[in-house]
Amino acid sequence: MSNQRIVTGAHYGLGSWLLQRLSAAVIVLYFLALLVAVLLLPEFNYGNWATLFANQLMKVITLIGGIAVLYHAWVGVRDIYMDYIKPTGIRLTLQALTVLLLTGYGFWLAMILWRL
Amino acid sequence: MAGVPTKRPEFRNIHVTQILGYRLPIAGIVSILHRVSGALLFLIGLPLILWLLQESLVSELGFERFLVVLAHPVTKLSLLALLWAFAHHFFAGIRYLLLDNHIGLEKEAAAFSAKIVLVLSLSVTVVTAGRLFGIY
Repeated sequence: MSNQRIVTGAHYGLGSWLLQRLSAAVIVLYFLALLVAVLLLPEFNYGNWATLFANQLMKVITLIGGIAVLYHAWVGVRDIYMDYIKPTGIRLTLQALTVLLLTGYGFWLAMILWRL
Repeated sequence: MAGVPTKRPEFRNIHVTQILGYRLPIAGIVSILHRVSGALLFLIGLPLILWLLQESLVSELGFERFLVVLAHPVTKLSLLALLWAFAHHFFAGIRYLLLDNHIGLEKEAAAFSAKIVLVLSLSVTVVTAGRLFGIY
């Protein structure tokens, strides 16, 4: 094998593997917390729904859950690219676009929450 | 020239055209659906959920609009597809976390848990479908 470095992989596999599982656990916890919070609402209407998300703690927890989802999506989508997209140029372009998109989603989520 | 071995079919990387002829065990079905559901959640789930969250929180009017959008059959069907994707990804993911911790690694146990994943995710989807379309 040549010494040429593969630009779309740099032996970060184990770290990604572990973080994929940690982020999955965070997502499960957030989902269950949200489910309980919604079920505890006296009634599902705008007032109760908005009050729930206006809570500072809820905002922070939701942002953490959201970041876990976005990171989880990044690792998963990158795995799909690595399996099916072989030409480095196309793969790198798709990866870059995906990073931009997911980062944008993160800012979007923060905006939705802190506008409240 | 004694016995040139006869060519036997080899399955290394499965080509798309071989998929239907390939016998995938149930754990393999759960596995590929994990990938399909993940892709679906990324492509449609993330933008749709963010948009719905935004609409539902922006104002009382937005919330009413959000309820109207939710009531549309097309939205219901899309959300059901996403719900299935999420449920499958959720239960299959928990199964993988257990497998990673060497729980249920044996052939029978793994096949059984794969079956449970399929049953649970489909049940959640069907039960919600009944609720969404007002069967009960």
